[in-house]
Amino acid sequence: MSTIEIGGKTLELDADGNLANISDWNEEIARELAKSEGIEELNESHWQVINYMRKVFVEDGGAPSIRKLTKESGVNTKELYALFPNGPAKKSAKIAGLPKPKGCI
Amino acid sequence: MKKLLILGAGTAGTMMLNKFAKELDSNEWGITIVDQHETHYYQPGFLFIPFGIYNKKDVIKPKRDFFPRGVEVIVSGIDKIEPKENRVLLQNNQVLTYDYLIVATGSKINPKETEGLAGELWQKSIFDFYTVEGAVALADFFKHWEGGKLVLNITEMPIKCPVAPLEFVFLADSYFTERGMRDKVDIHFVTPLPGAFTKPKASSILGDFLSKKNISLTTEYNIAKVDNENKKIVSWDEIEIPFDVLITIPTNMGDEMIERSGMGDELNFIPTDNYTLMVDGYDNIFAIGDCTNLPSSKAGSVAHFQADILFENFLDVIDGREPRAKFDGHANCYIESGFGKGILIDFNYDTEPLPGKYPLPGVGPFSLLEETKMNHYGKIMFRWIYWNLLLKGKELPIESNMSMAGKRL
Ligand SMILES: Cc1cc2nc3c(=O)[nH]c(=O)nc-3n(C[C@H](O)[C@H](O)[C@H](O)COP(=O)(O)OP(=O)(O)OC[C@H]3O[C@@H](n4cnc5c(N)ncnc54)[C@H](O)[C@@H]3O)c2cc1C
Repeated sequence: MSTIEIGGKTLELDADGNLANISDWNEEIARELAKSEGIEELNESHWQVINYMRKVFVEDGGAPSIRKLTKESGVNTKELYALFPNGPAKKSAKIAGLPKPKGCI
Repeated sequence: MKKLLILGAGTAGTMMLNKFAKELDSNEWGITIVDQHETHYYQPGFLFIPFGIYNKKDVIKPKRDFFPRGVEVIVSGIDKIEPKENRVLLQNNQVLTYDYLIVATGSKINPKETEGLAGELWQKSIFDFYTVEGAVALADFFKHWEGGKLVLNITEMPIKCPVAPLEFVFLADSYFTERGMRDKVDIHFVTPLPGAFTKPKASSILGDFLSKKNISLTTEYNIAKVDNENKKIVSWDEIEIPFDVLITIPTNMGDEMIERSGMGDELNFIPTDNYTLMVDGYDNIFAIGDCTNLPSSKAGSVAHFQADILFENFLDVIDGREPRAKFDGHANCYIESGFGKGILIDFNYDTEPLPGKYPLPGVGPFSLLEETKMNHYGKIMFRWIYWNLLLKGKELPIESNMSMAGKRL
C-alpha cells in the first residue's frame, strides 16, 4: 500500500492512488491533493462539486458518475471539464478524498 | 397458480424463458414473456455486416423459433413496471400481474444524447454499427468509399460489448488491406478510457496490437459535440478531431420504460445486486443482461453466465430461502483481430484478463490475449452456439464462474 505525506501526516492510499480512508480527509488535504492534480487553487465552484461528491458518497456509498454530477451538482459539463481537466468525475473524487467512481466496462 | 413474468425476449430473456419452462411445474406456474418485436437479432453479427462478411439475413431469425411450448407470449411495447403493485402495464393497454418478475430489456444506443451526432451527417458520413440499420448503411457506404480519415469514437462508458469497437478497427484494417487501399485510409481509435481497454494488462497488450496494425489511438477523449459543417468531433476540453467518416458508439442506455417505472439510474440501468442479481429493494424482482447496472461487461456470454446464477437463486427464493449462488462477473470474449485471426480474453470482477491458455473440453485450448486462427474459429462458432444452444438454455461446456486454470499471472 502506498502513502502520501500531507502537513506532516502520512496518509494511506488505495490501488488507484486515492485516499484509503475517507475520514482522513479535510479541506487542507483537499487543497494539497488538488495541487498534485495540477489545480493550484480551489475556487467556489470547485468546492461546490467537491462537497456535492462527498454528500452523494455518504448517501449512496459510492462516488457519482459524471452524468449524475452534471444532472445534480448545479455545475454543467462544460464547466466541470474546465474546473477538473481530463476527467472531472475521477479527479474531483480524488480531491474529495473518495475512491475512484465505479468504472464500468 | 403462481405467475412468472419475463420482460424482454432478447438474449437473456429467451434463455431464462427456456430454462424455467423446463424446470417449473406447469400445473403450478404460468410463465409469460413480453417483447415489442417479433424478430430476434444476433447482435454480435452486426460487427461483420459493414465489411460484407455477414448480411442482414445472417443475423435475424423469428423470436418464436426459440420459444418453448406452454408459455404465454405477448408482442407489445411495455409501458411501465409498478413494482410496489407487482404489476406491469403494456402499451396495448393490457395489465399483467406477477408473483416474480425478471427484467431483461437490454440496452440501446442514444445518439441524441450528444449534440450534433444525429444531425445532418447521420448515416451519410456518421454511422453506428450497434443497430442493424446502421451496420447495413455502413456496408453500403464502405463499398464505394475511396478512403480518407476513419475515426471511431466511443461516446461514454459503459457500452455493450466493450471489445466491439476494437474489433471494428482491427477488421477495418484487414478489410481495407484486402481491398488494396489501406494506404488511403487513416484509422483512428478515440476513446474516453485511459487506454485501448479498461483493464491494465489487456489494455497494454491490445494497445500494442493497435500500433502494430498502424491504428492511431487517442485516450481520455470525452466528446461534447459533432461539428457537422466542418466534419469534426469536439471534446469538452475543445480538442478537435477531423473525420471523413465517423463510426460512433453513441451513449448506451437502458430502455425509457425503466425510467418511466422509476427503477433506473442516470442511464436507465437498474441498480441490481452484483452477486445475487436481485433488483435492489425488491425480493421478487431479478434483472439480467444489459439492463442492469452491474460492473460486469454487457455481453451475451456474460448474460449466459448470469442466467445460470439467476436460475439457482430463483429456485432458492421461491422456496423461501436466501439466494445462495453468487455471480462473479465472469466474461469470456472473442475479439476478432482481422486476417482470419482472433484474440480471447477471460476475466471477472476481481481478476483482470490474463495471458495463458483457456482450456475448453472437447474443443480447446484457446490462447488468451494472443492472436490465433483458433480464436477466430471460436468467434465464428459462437453464432452457431448462440442460435442452437445458448438461446435455448442448453448446457454449454463452460463454467459460469471463472477458473484460473491455464492463466499466467
Ligand atoms: C455490435 C455488437 C457486437 C456484439 N458482440 C458480442 C460478442 O461478440 N459476444 C457477446 O457475448 N456479446 C456481444 N454483444 C452483446 C450482446 O448482443 C448483448 O449483450 C446481449 O444481446 C444482451 O442481451 P439482453 O437480453 O440483455 O438484451 P437484448 O438481447 O438487447 O434484448 C432486450 C429485449 O428487450 C426488448 N425490449 C426493451 N424494451 C422494451 C419495451 N419497452 N417493450 C417491449 N420490449 C422491450 C427488446 O425488444 C429486446 O428484444 C454485441 C453487441 C453488439 C451491439
